[in-house]
Amino acid sequence: MNTFYFIAFLSIFFSILVITAKNPVHSILYLILTFFTFTIHYILLNAQFLAIVNFIVYMGAILVLFLYTLMLINLNKESEPAKSNLVKIAGVIGGCCFLVTIIASIKALGASPAVVLKDPSLGLVKNLGKVLFNEYLLPFEISSVLLLSAMVGAVLLATKEPKTT
Amino acid sequence: MEPLSNKRKVIEQKPLNFLERAYLPAIIQGLAITMKHFFRKPVTISYPEEKREFSENFRGMHSLKRDEDGRERCTACGLCALSCPAEAITMIAAERQLGEENLYREEKYAAVYEINMLRCIFCGLCEEACPKEAIYLDGDIVPADYLRKDFIYGKDKLVEAPLNQ
Amino acid sequence: MELTDIIVKFILVFIIFAISLVIAMYSTYAERKIAAFFQDRIGPNRAGPWGIFQPLADGGKMFLKEEIIPTNASGFLFIAGPSLAIMTACIGSAVIPWGQKLTIGSHVIDLQVADINVGVLYIFGVVSLGVYGVMIGGWASNNKYSLLGAIRAASQNISYEISMGLSIIALLMVTGTLSLRQIAEQQHGWHWNILYQPVGFLLFIVCAFAETNRTPFDLPECETELVGGYHTEYSSMKLGFYLFSEYINMFISSAVMATLYWGGYNYPGMDWVLAHTGPAIGPLIGTAVLFAKIFLFIFFFMWVRWTIPRFRYDQLMDLGWKILIPLAIANIVITGIVITLIK
Repeated sequence: MNTFYFIAFLSIFFSILVITAKNPVHSILYLILTFFTFTIHYILLNAQFLAIVNFIVYMGAILVLFLYTLMLINLNKESEPAKSNLVKIAGVIGGCCFLVTIIASIKALGASPAVVLKDPSLGLVKNLGKVLFNEYLLPFEISSVLLLSAMVGAVLLATKEPKTT
Repeated sequence: MEPLSNKRKVIEQKPLNFLERAYLPAIIQGLAITMKHFFRKPVTISYPEEKREFSENFRGMHSLKRDEDGRERCTACGLCALSCPAEAITMIAAERQLGEENLYREEKYAAVYEINMLRCIFCGLCEEACPKEAIYLDGDIVPADYLRKDFIYGKDKLVEAPLNQ
Repeated sequence: MELTDIIVKFILVFIIFAISLVIAMYSTYAERKIAAFFQDRIGPNRAGPWGIFQPLADGGKMFLKEEIIPTNASGFLFIAGPSLAIMTACIGSAVIPWGQKLTIGSHVIDLQVADINVGVLYIFGVVSLGVYGVMIGGWASNNKYSLLGAIRAASQNISYEISMGLSIIALLMVTGTLSLRQIAEQQHGWHWNILYQPVGFLLFIVCAFAETNRTPFDLPECETELVGGYHTEYSSMKLGFYLFSEYINMFISSAVMATLYWGGYNYPGMDWVLAHTGPAIGPLIGTAVLFAKIFLFIFFFMWVRWTIPRFRYDQLMDLGWKILIPLAIANIVITGIVITLIK
């Protein structure tokens, strides 16, 4: 349990650093560390497959692409648009509203009972695969079609329109 | 442009056939070629231990010659210094004293004879200019050194070793 | 876990680290020597007999060189880059089974640091992390060439990770497990996976070349275009770390290839040898066989390096996206059909 609290503390600590870091590249690096702590959480939950997929997909691919795009954008201080006071006040009000909503919704729901996993070895690759491809085959396939449609859409956006001359 | 000779060849680029496009046969061919070289005898001559034979008209370090009685041939006439295009040779002449007849052949000899090996271009004009056949560029390659002053070779390095020793 | 087990594991980790570092060190020597042989030369032969102390001399030189951190570089990240590179290169060795279980007296020693049941995916994750060291180092140098090298490294690694993953999937359909120990055990004797997955192996080795930034895919550090690529600004041991991590990566990926496709520590007639040498010596012969395979792969890496010229960048992307990925998917489909037909 102590490990959990330590890792949870690290997750929150790094995610705060993500939003407070001045340099966007540093912020991305903190995000990587945050995702790494998530991976440890998954391992603590005995969800090895999820842990390693989080590791590969988020840390290894998505954040590399994040970093990649950030490196290509010119993030000098001069090119940053100056934020007026009005925007800052609006931001503070918006944030407060969001906080109030979240607290209210949590209060309304009440404390939920702790989730007890029926099968602790559910997270292992073999069991996860069996569940995914037997009980949840239809949602799984539909989500894959969804991803495919997203891909096709991206390709469509990227292709140049034929010249109409 | 009109072809000046009849050697012009029209190169036509054929589209690659399947095997050529598949890269692999070409790569395997290349690997075979390099493997053939792997077992070939190295052509390296490990220099200080092994030396390549010089050609007959190789011009290396100078040597001041002695005659058949072991006397220095040079008479310090200065023709070599005059002919030298790089102005690498200097000398100071001195008169032969009594009792030195077995050392120097002529009545006048070079008391100091210096060649700056950093200036010398090994053209061999000194050799051609010498009326006494006293200087030849028949030595080895001039060795490397650390200081500029060490490249000014005096008589100690230039004169041939005495005959009967 | 008992205390002795922990100590044994600790020693094992220590030995594996030492071996990978020594192999990386001597890979530099081997590379120069092999390059020389391919070019009809002799290669380094001054430091010690046949030049075998050359890596030590090189290491000494690396330590004594001046440490330079460019003024406008981001200080912490500039140091973090090479550290990350060598760390991600080293941790890959944790899941590789180096041999069968060793029995000394009553002790059973597992020649594998961690037998996790997602071993293949772990290797894959570590490989995908490897690009961070290059990217961070390239960005932190505050140099255009370094940044270009870093960008090339990132896009190259991500593109080739896809076909690498797809080629592994076909292999996993054959083996039915993600644990490297079980994959190695399945290839007992001569039932090596290369016999079932030749196309998959071909795809995997091409991707391994790309992931380790070796020629013909060494665009992130190509001297003719980018000076030194991502390590242009690096000097001293920080540069050494980058070079070292490349060689360790090569060693680890050779070990992975040997384990996944070429039978790992298995060899024909191993039962007979095991029966005659006993459980204390026999597995070590298997380990020696594994290392022989690894060295052959490292030699192959170098052989290719001194044979094939570097790809152009658009050719690299064409190869990755238009050839390797469709080929990998076709390989998966065919493997699936064959497995269903046999069942």
